[in-house]
Amino acid sequence: MKKRRLIPVLLLRNGWLVQSRNFRDYQNLGNPVTAVKRLSEWASDELIYLDISRDDNYDIKRSDQGYPNRKNFLDIITDVSKVTFMPITVGGKINKISDIEKRLKVGADKVAINTIAIHNPKFIQDSSKEFGSQCIVVSLDFYKFENQYFIFDNKTRKVTEINIYDFIKKVEDFGAGEIFLNSVNRDGKGNGYDIDFFNEISKKINIPIIACGGAGDWFDMYDIFDKTCVDAVAAANIFHYRDQSVFLAKKFLYEKNVNVRKPDLLMIK
Amino acid sequence: MKKICILDYGSGNVKSVENLIKYLNYDFVISNNENDIIECTHLILPGVGSFEYAMMKINEKIPISTLKNEVLIKEKNFMGICVGMQVLAQFGYENGKFEGLGWIEGDVKKLKTQNLSLPHIGWNNCEIVKEDNIFKDLNDVRDFYFLHSYALEIKNNNEIIATTSYGTSFCSVLKKKNIYGIQFHPEKSQKAGMILINNFLNQ
Repeated sequence: MKKRRLIPVLLLRNGWLVQSRNFRDYQNLGNPVTAVKRLSEWASDELIYLDISRDDNYDIKRSDQGYPNRKNFLDIITDVSKVTFMPITVGGKINKISDIEKRLKVGADKVAINTIAIHNPKFIQDSSKEFGSQCIVVSLDFYKFENQYFIFDNKTRKVTEINIYDFIKKVEDFGAGEIFLNSVNRDGKGNGYDIDFFNEISKKINIPIIACGGAGDWFDMYDIFDKTCVDAVAAANIFHYRDQSVFLAKKFLYEKNVNVRKPDLLMIK
Repeated sequence: MKKICILDYGSGNVKSVENLIKYLNYDFVISNNENDIIECTHLILPGVGSFEYAMMKINEKIPISTLKNEVLIKEKNFMGICVGMQVLAQFGYENGKFEGLGWIEGDVKKLKTQNLSLPHIGWNNCEIVKEDNIFKDLNDVRDFYFLHSYALEIKNNNEIIATTSYGTSFCSVLKKKNIYGIQFHPEKSQKAGMILINNFLNQ
């Protein structure tokens, strides 16, 4: 039987891995490759790696860390894919077909498209035709306002007037393989996933949903798996701050009979 | 002395297969050169994407008569991964009807998953139907990463050594003499994938 997945999200901002809160405040978490190695050892099911840099400067401007300074995002992904033997979804700054091609070439298995999908939904269709649906993850950030859900535009940093329920149908029809949904209101808060929203939305579409935003402890993950049909849960902060986080989360879920992969610890050289 | 040849025809997951073989510390080349195909001890045919595109590229880049001679006549160890397994079939029915390598009797058809969504993306387990060395030390962890919508429907049942179910049961590992076909991605299946690849390379 197919397992439900636990997916750590890594945010890269100008060469450093960061933590985010409300899509606004960022805190440095360290080297972009070391963290991936750790998450591999804790047997994560997949990784989502997002480049949220505002410009093209990735130099960490330090030589005392014992790691090479990488000049661009693709070099970082190349190094990341050498220490991880699981699927990686790469997102950020994808505006054209060739951007996808470049990311797949250095070891990404799937790409997450965000801004371009909102402004030019046809891009979802074009890219899934070119690379296959399995390769295209549409990533949407949503904002809850007076019990309605709207898409948040990361580029302008504004809430749009696009209703997420309407848009999501289009995403599926245009051939996306999966959909990654992140709550802006709950980002970095640790107050639990938006269960009502995910319950509603997972009834509306057939493609796998990756839920994100608000995980504060392992119970929050159990809760959303128990109450909704989402295929995967994703989280950033909670997986970076605790030693063996993914292993412990999985163990918690496994012991509560959630259909996840058996928890394991690996040694990566 | 073992030497692995990862067959190069422009498949998208060559890099990931390379990363794994390198990590496991084997001597390898990524090549479509005749000499490399002749001199190696193990051949791996990676694959991702459609049947039609893979076959087009294989016909274009790989010296098929040399490969056939090594695999079918000299019975060199061979493993096809994902679409690299599917192209072993006689025909593929993805977006039309296309001829495969024809080394395995059977055709590649879309999974009949009832109401489950396609592609079949994620970790799923293998049910062993025939004991084989490829599963050595895999009693505990038999979950692998799948990413596909089509599967090889094999005519000769005793070539099926493991099945997986997703709305329907399909062949996830096949073996015919020296030929293995693996529907999932061992290069993306962490520990289980490493053990399986190691088992193959130690045959």
